[in-house]
This record gives sequence, structure tokens and C-alpha cells, in this order.
Amino acid sequence: MDLLTPELGLFFWTLLAFLAVFFILKKFAWQPILSSLGEREKGIADSIATAERVKNEMSQLKNENEKLLMQAREERTNMLKEAKETRDKIVNEAKDIAKAEANKIIVDAQQQIQQQKMAALTEVKNEIGNLAVEVAGRILRKQLNASEGQDAYMKMLAEDIKLN
Amino acid sequence: MFFLKPKPITLHKISKVVMNFKRLLFLLVLGFTVLGGSVCANGQAENNTPPKESTEAAKVEGGKKEEGGKLDIAKVIFGHISDSHEWHLFTLNHPGGEPTHVSMPLPVVIYHSTKGLMIFSSSKIAEGESYEGVHLQKDMMKEHIVSDDGAKLYDFSITKNVLSMLVGVTILLVVLTKASKKYAGIGAMKAPSGMQNFIELIIIFLRDEVAVPYLGKEYKKYMPLLLTTFFFIWINNLLGLLPGGANFTGNIAVTSCLALISFVVILAKSRKHFWSHLLNPPGVPGAIKPMLVLIEVASLFIKPMALMIRLFANMMAGHIVILALISMIFIFAALNTFVGAGFVPVSLAFTIFIFFLELLVGAIQAFIFTNLTAVFIGQSIEEGHGEHESHDSHEAHAH
Repeated sequence: MDLLTPELGLFFWTLLAFLAVFFILKKFAWQPILSSLGEREKGIADSIATAERVKNEMSQLKNENEKLLMQAREERTNMLKEAKETRDKIVNEAKDIAKAEANKIIVDAQQQIQQQKMAALTEVKNEIGNLAVEVAGRILRKQLNASEGQDAYMKMLAEDIKLN
Repeated sequence: MFFLKPKPITLHKISKVVMNFKRLLFLLVLGFTVLGGSVCANGQAENNTPPKESTEAAKVEGGKKEEGGKLDIAKVIFGHISDSHEWHLFTLNHPGGEPTHVSMPLPVVIYHSTKGLMIFSSSKIAEGESYEGVHLQKDMMKEHIVSDDGAKLYDFSITKNVLSMLVGVTILLVVLTKASKKYAGIGAMKAPSGMQNFIELIIIFLRDEVAVPYLGKEYKKYMPLLLTTFFFIWINNLLGLLPGGANFTGNIAVTSCLALISFVVILAKSRKHFWSHLLNPPGVPGAIKPMLVLIEVASLFIKPMALMIRLFANMMAGHIVILALISMIFIFAALNTFVGAGFVPVSLAFTIFIFFLELLVGAIQAFIFTNLTAVFIGQSIEEGHGEHESHDSHEAHAH
């Protein structure tokens, strides 16, 4: 049948045109378009992956932050507690030291007072002694002016020795 | 055997349904045509002068009437669907006089076996006259340029089909390179817009639904071929549907050329695995083996033949159906002017319906051609132990 016999001319031109179109489009259309599409798909996939990663990182960061906050709170409480304890301790220590110091001062003062008292008493005793010796001297001198007085005195001394 | 992929099936099914439906319509229309033709012939025998309105309608439609006033629908239809050395636009019928054919002359390029290369305008031989020892011989279905002395010549003329193809190719080149430039312009990461968006949709569809499923990892290598095949067939299918358009993809020379390209690629890229399965099918009893090998070898050639005939037959049938439906107006008008006028809405409704169907078929046939090319290439480049059975199922759906 005539309709089913291909004509050489049309076959030739079709082949020529198809091959020309194929090579031109391959270079100027298909390759740029396909590579752009690939690039875009890769870009989108990358963006999604990045977003996912960032999201994960964010949640991780949030967790970490919360943990840090908790830690900070705990630490603050601890610090306050410790500070209070330290304060109490320091105050107590200071009190103790002050008490001890005061006691020491008191003791020192008492000792000094005692010493002073003793010194004063000794002085008074000495003075009284001196006064007594002087008085006795004067009396003796007056009494020893007379010889009986001297004898009597000697006797008395001798009696004292005997008594001893 | 039952390894089927869902998407192609649906599309094959759709196309099958469409094709079956079209066949039915075609038969119906053919019946009408034959009936109308005989009625018309009777009418002509009784009344030699055609009705006035019919003549006027013929003027509008262009060239439906022969000089003698005899209506030859088959000739009209084949005149429209076959290739021509001139682009016929319309014919003016003068009552009582010779009709004036208004057409665009096209360059004739022939290689004459004795006179060498000859290039001249087709207007020189349009009316059947001889020019430089060659003349145009018009048959029922085709026209040939033959040498007056019977010497052999090779016709490389820029015919109506070739010109139509060049227009289609130019549109493709302009639109697609423009779309591809847009990627460089706005950058790959921006959303596509306009024509670029439309083109991208098709490219992604063909990549994800055709190339990747059938060609696997190597799909990138075959994308340019598949895309070019699809767009080339599609744009020419669409151009063929324009009023006065050429029946380019419904020409066996064109489809044979496209099928040959597919066949060459299938053979050139075939691997050892393909041939070993073809020539020595595993797991087949010795006695059946030669028979099976014979069938397999035959199938190797049947595949591109099927590609060729499917596209050719579908597109040609579409053109014939539309032309036949329009011709019905004139068939009935020849019988009776009022019947003819009354049939106009019916005929137009049918024509519009078929036209929309053809728009769909144009895309589907382009897709099927591309899809099957991918399937066949996929079979030939298959490596190692795949599912050999799946080939047959694809083919079964293809036919």
C-alpha cells in the first residue's frame, strides 16, 4: 500500500532535524535544566536536613540551658547556705576569741591588781615597820640613857635568847 | 509475568480505552462515509448540477469538490493526510469555470541520477506540467516526482511535512532554550515561573515516572533522548491538529525514522545480559529453546515496528476521523442542502469532541512512544539477575 511506504526525503529530513534538535537541546536545554533541577532538589534536601539539624541542636541547646539554669539555681542555694554558715562560724569564732581575750584581760587585770595591792601592802608594811623601828629606837635611846635601863634591857635580851 | 508497575498501566489502559473508542467511532464514521458516498453518487447521477449552498460550503472548506462537481471524499481525505510538495491553503470554485487553487509553493530538491542535484519551486510542476525533465505524478494516496524519461531520482524536497516539522522544531528550540536560560537567570533555587514551570513539570514527570523506574541508576544518560523524543513528537502532533496543518507524525517515514533511532539506541546500548537471555533463555527445556529464541529474536524487531506503527496509525486515524466528520456535512449536503445544513451541528459536535480527544491522544502517543523507548532501552541495558518476566508484561501492555 502506498501509504505504508516511507518516502526517502521525509525520512532524511526527519532524521536530520531530530538529530540536530537532539544535540542542540542536549547542550542548550536538557543539560542546563536537568542540572538546575538536580541542584535545586539537592538544595532543598540540604535545607531540610539543615533545618532538621538546627532544630535538633536548638532543642539540645534548650535542654542544656535548662540544665544549666537548674544547676545555677542549686549552686546559688548552696552558696547562700554556705555563706550563712560561714557568717555564723565567723561570728561565733569572733565571739569566742573576744570572750577569751576579755577573760585574759580580766585575768591580767586581776593579777595586776593583786600585784599592785601586794606592792602597796608591802610598802605600807615597810612604812609601818620603819615607823615602829623609829619609835622603838627613840624609846630605846631614851631608856638606854640610864644604866639601869641598860641592864634591864640586857636582861630582857638575854631572856629573849633563853626563850628562843 | 505479573510484575506490573502501576503508573504506566493506568496510562496504557487510558490510551487503550481511548484507542478502542476511537476505533469504534472510526468504524461508525467509515460506515457513514461509505453510505453517504454511495448516496452521493446516486444523487450525482440523477442531478448533475450540485446544490448552490453546497458549492458555497465547498468554497469555505476548500477543495472538497472536483472539477466535474463529483464529490470524492476518499481523495479529499487522503489529499489532506498525505505529504505534498505545496502547502495547499484553499480552493476557489468558479461556477462553470476552472477552480483556483491557492497554495504556498515549496522548494523541490531532487537528486536526479543523470542530471544531478536540482532545486526549483514546486509551482513549476504544480499543475502536472513537466519542468526540466521531471513532473509530478499524483496517485490516490501520494504524489511522486518522477522523471519524464523514467530515470531514477531521489526526492529530498522541503515538502509540507518537512516545513511543518521545521516550524515545530523552531518552536521547540526557541521555547526550550528560553526556558533553560531562565534557570541561569533567576538561579536554580528560585521557584520556576511561566513556560519554564510548564516545561519543568513535563521534564520531572518523564524523569520520575519514565526514566528512573525503567532505566535505574543510568537514567541521566538517556534523559536527553527521551525528552527530545517526547517534545518532538508532541509539538508535531499538536501542529498537525491545527487547521491546514500537516499530518507529520501520521506519516510512516517519520515514525519509522523515530523508531529507527530508538532501535539503534537499544542495540548500541545493549549489554551481554540482554543477548544471553535472548539467545539462550535460562530455565527453558532444550526442545522449546529454539522456538523461544526465534520468538525472542522476532520480538527484537517487532518492538521498534510496534513503535512505528502505533504512532503512525494513531495520528493518521485521528486526522481521518476529523476529516471524515467534517466531510459528512458535504456528503449530506450533496444529497439535500437542508439535510446538509441540518447535519452541521451534529458534525461539528462530533468534530469538536474528536478534536479534544486528539489533543489528549497527541500527548498520550508522545508519552507512550517515550515510555516504551525507555522500557526497551531498560531491557537492553539490564545487568545481572533481574526479573526477566517483567519485560513481557510491559510489552503486553504496549501492544
